[in-house]
Amino acid sequence: MKAHSKNMTKQEESGIYGLMAEFDDPSAVVAAARRTYEAGYRRINAYSPYPIEELSAAIGYHKDLVSMTVFAFGILGALGGFALQYWTSAIDYPLNVGGRPLLSLPSFIPIIFECTVLLASFGAFIGMLAMNRLPQPYHPVFNLPSFSRASHDRFFLCVKADDPNYSEVETRAFLQGLGAKEVSDVES
Amino acid sequence: MAAEIQKQEHVDTRPPVMGPGHNFDSLTQKIIDIVLMRGFKKGWIFGFAIVFLGALMLFNTIAYLVLKGVGIWGNNIPVGWAFDIINFVWWIGIGHAGTLISAILLLLRQSWRNSINRFAEAMTLFAVACAGLFPALHTGRPWVDYWLFPYPNTMGMWPNFRSPLMWDVFAVSTYATVSLLFWFMGLIPDFATLRDKAKNKVQRTIYGMLAMGWRGDARHWHRYESAYLLLAGLSTPLVLSVHTIVSFDFAVGIMPGWHATIFPPYFVAGAIYAGFAMVLTLAIPVRKFYNIEDFITMRHIRNMCKVMLATGLIVGYGYVMELFMAWYSGNTYEMFMMKNRIFGPYGFMYWLLILCNVAVPQLLWVKKFRDNLLVVFIVSMFINVGMWLERFVIIVMSLNRDFSPASWRMYYPTIFDFTMFFGTIGFFLTCMFLFIRFVPMIPIFEMKTLLPESKVDEKKVEELVSGKGPLGATPLPQFGD
Repeated sequence: MKAHSKNMTKQEESGIYGLMAEFDDPSAVVAAARRTYEAGYRRINAYSPYPIEELSAAIGYHKDLVSMTVFAFGILGALGGFALQYWTSAIDYPLNVGGRPLLSLPSFIPIIFECTVLLASFGAFIGMLAMNRLPQPYHPVFNLPSFSRASHDRFFLCVKADDPNYSEVETRAFLQGLGAKEVSDVES
Repeated sequence: MAAEIQKQEHVDTRPPVMGPGHNFDSLTQKIIDIVLMRGFKKGWIFGFAIVFLGALMLFNTIAYLVLKGVGIWGNNIPVGWAFDIINFVWWIGIGHAGTLISAILLLLRQSWRNSINRFAEAMTLFAVACAGLFPALHTGRPWVDYWLFPYPNTMGMWPNFRSPLMWDVFAVSTYATVSLLFWFMGLIPDFATLRDKAKNKVQRTIYGMLAMGWRGDARHWHRYESAYLLLAGLSTPLVLSVHTIVSFDFAVGIMPGWHATIFPPYFVAGAIYAGFAMVLTLAIPVRKFYNIEDFITMRHIRNMCKVMLATGLIVGYGYVMELFMAWYSGNTYEMFMMKNRIFGPYGFMYWLLILCNVAVPQLLWVKKFRDNLLVVFIVSMFINVGMWLERFVIIVMSLNRDFSPASWRMYYPTIFDFTMFFGTIGFFLTCMFLFIRFVPMIPIFEMKTLLPESKVDEKKVEELVSGKGPLGATPLPQFGD
């Protein structure tokens, strides 16, 4: 907690979220991200207009947990779908349909399946958004005017000011040494 | 064929997935110009006015239907289901191509799908909306349609979960929801592009809200890709289950001509067949009108023709099997049903069906025809009609003459059956017009991944990385070049 608040003040004091390096080539940004990671920076992030597998790996991000929410929601859907049908058709409102047993599992399968898919899909969608902390109306990176090209044709690498190795002068020089087209401050 | 394959080993003779000469900028610009342009194209307004009249016809029919009741339709005992369920199955089937293109082809790594998936998914959504209208209104009291869903109520009752109609409620509502999620998720990064390229505050605000703050973060992309792939994996069995369950509406009943185990696969193939025909029907004029032949190339047209040909053959096999099973069952009613279907009072519909769905599509075997847009368009129209006739043949012809001749009765649709049906086509096209104008109809970020310049060159990365000096504090001058 203490470290966290200290970091916050560091960012807030300087009014700087981090340093953003701009690239116009996917290979260059991947190479730069790898070097930055190897240089010991950990509070880094990269931005690209389309998914680049190598880029997330280069900043040290390998495994996401979306599949976990999908699995959990899917199980919930399956159990929920079964419980709904069993409780309503066999317990609360027992209904004899063509002499079938009250627990007529084969007839319950379609709805169990649909409930599983429905909830698992919500798991994928909501899980992805929640872990990405979206919707997020404000984010400091948008303070950088050139960042509007991150959704178009430019690639960005950001070293955040709360990285322990961050230093205004040295990190900037380091990023410039990586072949960035431009290195700019991002206001927090 | 063998010669063709041999030739392809040397040179890929297939047309490209994307026209030549595109880069990030030209590609983005071409797609977003359609959306961000000021005002409307004249052709768009003209087309929209026509299809919106169709939508108005639908709204009027619905108003009259709610006022008077389902008696304004032609269906009556014994044909208690007619246009309403025919149109429902027809629309749902059309929707299936969208999911097939977006989900199954994604899992099969068919990158050519990238330019048509958004378009086809939108088609799915609107088709499902049109489909849902029919059973919802056919209940007779659409204002209490919520009774279809299980909720604790003062009547102390629950729906019958052993009924295929109940399965249908769950299947179709799940399908609509999941399709919407899939479509919207695919749009988020493109909304971000629109937000960043917006020409005025209104656009920036609306697309900005829809983008939900997407910023292309590498970790976000990673999760996004996982979620997208998982959704595709979930949609694939879902789409198969939906038409399977639709076919259960018939197959679980004991009516001759319905009670057949071949129904699920035969319905699913028919759905894909109809859906691809509709994608082609829409894509051929749209690519011409918006000059996007670079993105929806002849490769797409050809591939879709091949899918139609394949699924069309499965459907044809289904027809043959229905004939065979009617004979092989040795059941009087089944055999009579078949005779009635082919030679009965509606026999011409059956022959039209064979013409539209089995005979005409065989043209697509010929490469020259697959490359001729006019032929492809006409064949697709035939299939659209043929798939509608198929449902008419299955539904009306089984019901109008069942077990006891005393209950036989002919079915004739009324004018309101037609205004409702053509009205949904108008409504569907209205939605498509709005979609094309306000939402990027081609996924921008997915198209970018098809560009050669988007690929990370591992060799170049290695060179750049190894050209480095000591780590950290002492920066080196430029490296790599």
